[in-house]
Amino acid sequence: MTFLLAVIVGALYAAGTYLVLRRSIVKVIFGLIFLGHAANLMIFTVGRMTKGAPAFVPEGAATLTEPFADPLPQALVLTAIVIGFGVQAFTIVLFKRTYQRLGTEDLDKMRSTDQLPGEES
Amino acid sequence: MYSIILATASRYLLLLLLMFSVFLLFRGHNEPGGGFVGGLVAAAAYALYFIANGIEAARTIVRFDPLRIIAVGLLMAITSTLPSLVAGERFMTAVWFDTGIPLIGKVGTPLLFDLGVYFLVLGITLTIIFSLAEEDRS
Amino acid sequence: MNRIIMLPILLPLCTAVIMIFFRRSIALHRILNTVSTALMLGASLLMLGSVRSDGILSLQVGGWEAPFGITLVADMLSSIMVVATAFIGFTTALYSLGAIDRKREHYFYYPLLQFLLMGINGAFLTGDIFNLYVWFEVMLISSFVLLVLGGRPQQLEGAIKYVTLNLLSSSIFLAAVGILYGTAGTLNMADLAQRIPLLDHQGLLSVVAVLFMITFGVKAAIFPLFFWLPASYHTPPIAIAAIFGGLLTKVGVYAIMRFFTTIFHGQDASFIHQALLIASAFTMVVGVLGAVAQYDMRKLLSFHIISQIGYMIFALAIQSPLAIAGALFYIIHNIVAKTNLFYLSGLIRRIKGSWDLREIGGIYRFYPMLGVLFLVPALGLAGIPPLSGFWAKFVVVKAGIDSEHYLLVGIALCVSMLTLFSMIKIWNEAFWKDDPRGEGGVEGEEYLRTPSVKKAIIVLPIVMLGCLTVAFGLWFEPFFELADRTACELLDRGAYIDAVMGERS
Repeated sequence: MTFLLAVIVGALYAAGTYLVLRRSIVKVIFGLIFLGHAANLMIFTVGRMTKGAPAFVPEGAATLTEPFADPLPQALVLTAIVIGFGVQAFTIVLFKRTYQRLGTEDLDKMRSTDQLPGEES
Repeated sequence: MYSIILATASRYLLLLLLMFSVFLLFRGHNEPGGGFVGGLVAAAAYALYFIANGIEAARTIVRFDPLRIIAVGLLMAITSTLPSLVAGERFMTAVWFDTGIPLIGKVGTPLLFDLGVYFLVLGITLTIIFSLAEEDRS
Repeated sequence: MNRIIMLPILLPLCTAVIMIFFRRSIALHRILNTVSTALMLGASLLMLGSVRSDGILSLQVGGWEAPFGITLVADMLSSIMVVATAFIGFTTALYSLGAIDRKREHYFYYPLLQFLLMGINGAFLTGDIFNLYVWFEVMLISSFVLLVLGGRPQQLEGAIKYVTLNLLSSSIFLAAVGILYGTAGTLNMADLAQRIPLLDHQGLLSVVAVLFMITFGVKAAIFPLFFWLPASYHTPPIAIAAIFGGLLTKVGVYAIMRFFTTIFHGQDASFIHQALLIASAFTMVVGVLGAVAQYDMRKLLSFHIISQIGYMIFALAIQSPLAIAGALFYIIHNIVAKTNLFYLSGLIRRIKGSWDLREIGGIYRFYPMLGVLFLVPALGLAGIPPLSGFWAKFVVVKAGIDSEHYLLVGIALCVSMLTLFSMIKIWNEAFWKDDPRGEGGVEGEEYLRTPSVKKAIIVLPIVMLGCLTVAFGLWFEPFFELADRTACELLDRGAYIDAVMGERS
C-alpha cells in the first residue's frame, strides 16, 4: 500500500511540475492543485499507515488501545486540504478574472509588469 | 439548463441534506464528523439547489449574506475561547458545563467552536459558489 | 502574564470580525483599524518588556503540553519582530486613512489589513512548524486579496506571478513538513532542536533542510527565487506596497533565522550556510543592479528590497553571535527605512502625478522639508552615518571580516555604493532637477484635491518612521544590546527549549 501511494505521489509531482511549467494559466492551476494533492498524500503516507484503527479511545478505556493510526498526520492533511481549498478557489477566480481582463491565457504575453517603460512587448 | 426532475428533487434534498449536515455536526462530538464536514454538506445542499434552480433562487433561499455567515462563524469560534480565560485555565482549554438535562448532557466550548466552524465553512463555500456563479453571468 | 502572547493574534482577529459585521460603516472601520493597531503596538511593547526582564514566555494552547499541542512562544526575536510588525501596522493604518480610496475601503481593505497583521504576528509567535505553515497561509491569502483589490489589469497580472510562485513554495513547505514529521516524529520547534542531532536519518534531514531553505527563500526573495517580487510589488496602491515591502519578505528571513539557528544547527547545517552565503552575494548584486536600471520609483524600491535581503542572509549565514545580532538589527532598520521610502514615493507621486522619475522634478524648490524627510531613510538605507543603516552595515561587515569572508564583504560594500547611487538618483530626478513639464512645477490633480488634514495624516507616519531611523543611529547602543541578547539566546537554544518543554528532570 505504501509503495502504491509512493508511486501515486511521484506521478502527481511529475504531472504537477510539468503542468506548472506550461504557458497556459489553466494548466498552471491544475499543476498547482496536483502539487498540493501530492504534498497532502505524501504527509499521509509518511505518517505510516495503520489499517482500520482510528485513534479513538474506546468506551470505558482511559487510553488508546494498540494498534492505532497516528492522528497527527490526518489532522495535518485535513488542515492542509482546507487551506488548499480556500487558496485554490481564490486562484481560480483570480485566473479567470485575469483572463477576462487581459483577454489572454498565455503567460508569455503577460509581461507588462516586468518590463521597463518604453520597452517593446 | 433546467431540469424539472432535479428542480423538484432538490427542494426535498435540500432539507434532507441540511438535516444530515446537522447530524454530522453533532456526531463529531465523539465520532468521525464535525463542523467542517457538516458545513461542507450544508453548502453542497445549497449548491445542488443552485444548480437546479439558478443563482437567484439560491440567493433568496439562503436569505443571509454569506459574508454575514462567515462573520457569525468567526465570532462563535472566538467566543468559545473566552470561558477558558474566565475559568483561569490556559487559553483555549475546553470548558464543560453539566446541564443535567437528559439527552443533552454536558455542553462545552468545543461544541460552540464546532458550530463556528460549521457556519464559517458554510459561509465561505457559499461565497465562493455565488461569486463564481455571478462571474459566469457577467 | 503569558496570556499576553495571544493579544497580537486575537486583537486583529476580533477587530476584523467586528468590521465584517458592520461592513457598511467605513468610518467605524477607520477608527477601529487605527485603535486596534495602536493597542497592538502597546501590547507588543509590553510583551517585549516582559520577555526582556523575565525571560521567554510560552503558552501551551488548549492546555495540551508540548510537544503534542501547539505552543506559542515569545522569545526576544519573536517579540522584537512583533513590535516591528505592530509599529508598521500602526503607521500603515494612519497612512491608509489619507491614501486609500473609498472603493477599496468598501471592499474590506481594513479587515484584510487586520488579517494580514494577524498572519504575520502568528508566524512570528508560533513554536510549531505546521502552525507556522498555517500562519503563512493566513498571511498569504490576505496578501493575495490586498494585492488584487481594485482589479486593475496590471494588478491582476502581477498577482498571477505572485500567487503562483507563493503557492508553489507553500506546497514545498508542506512536503518538507511531511517528511520532517515522518523522520523526526514531532513538529515542535524546541523538541526538534533537541531531537534532530540524535536522529539516524541525517541524509533525509538535509533534504528537509534544503526544502525549507527553498520555501523560505521564495518568501524572502533570495536569488534565484525572487522573480515574483519585482513583478508584483509595484502594482497595488502604495500603502499596501509599503506594508508588503516592509514586512512580508522579512517573515521569510525570520523563518530562515529561526530554522537555521534553532532547529538545524551545528555541523549538519554547514552546507546550508555555505549555500546561503553564495545566494546572498548574488541577491545583493542582482537586486541592486535591477534597482539601478529602473526609473519607476516603486520598481526601484522593490528591487532594493531584494538587495537588502542579501545583506540579512549574508549575516545569517556567518552564524557568529555578532553576525546574528547584525542581521536582526539590519532587519529592523530595513523594515523602518523601506516602509518609509514607499510612503514617500506615494507622497511624491501624489504631488507630481507620476511614478516615472523622468517625468517629474523640482520638488525641493517647493517642498524643502519633504527633501529632508526623504533623505533620512534614503541615506539611512545606503548606510551613511549617523543613520541606522550605517550601524547595521557596520556590524554586518565587521562580522564578515571577523569570519574572513573578505570577498563577500567587498561585494557588500560595492553594493552599498550602488544603493547610494540609486537613492541619489531619486533625489536628483525628483527633487533637484527642474520639472520637465515647466517652471512652475506641475502639481498632481489628486494632491490639489486632497484636504490638508489628509495631507497631515499622510506625512505623520513618514515623520514617525524618519525619527526612528535617526534614533536607531544616534542611540545605537541600547538597540544593539537588545539585538545582541537576542543573538545569544538564539544560538544558545537551551533557554528556548526549557521554556517550551518545561524543565525536565
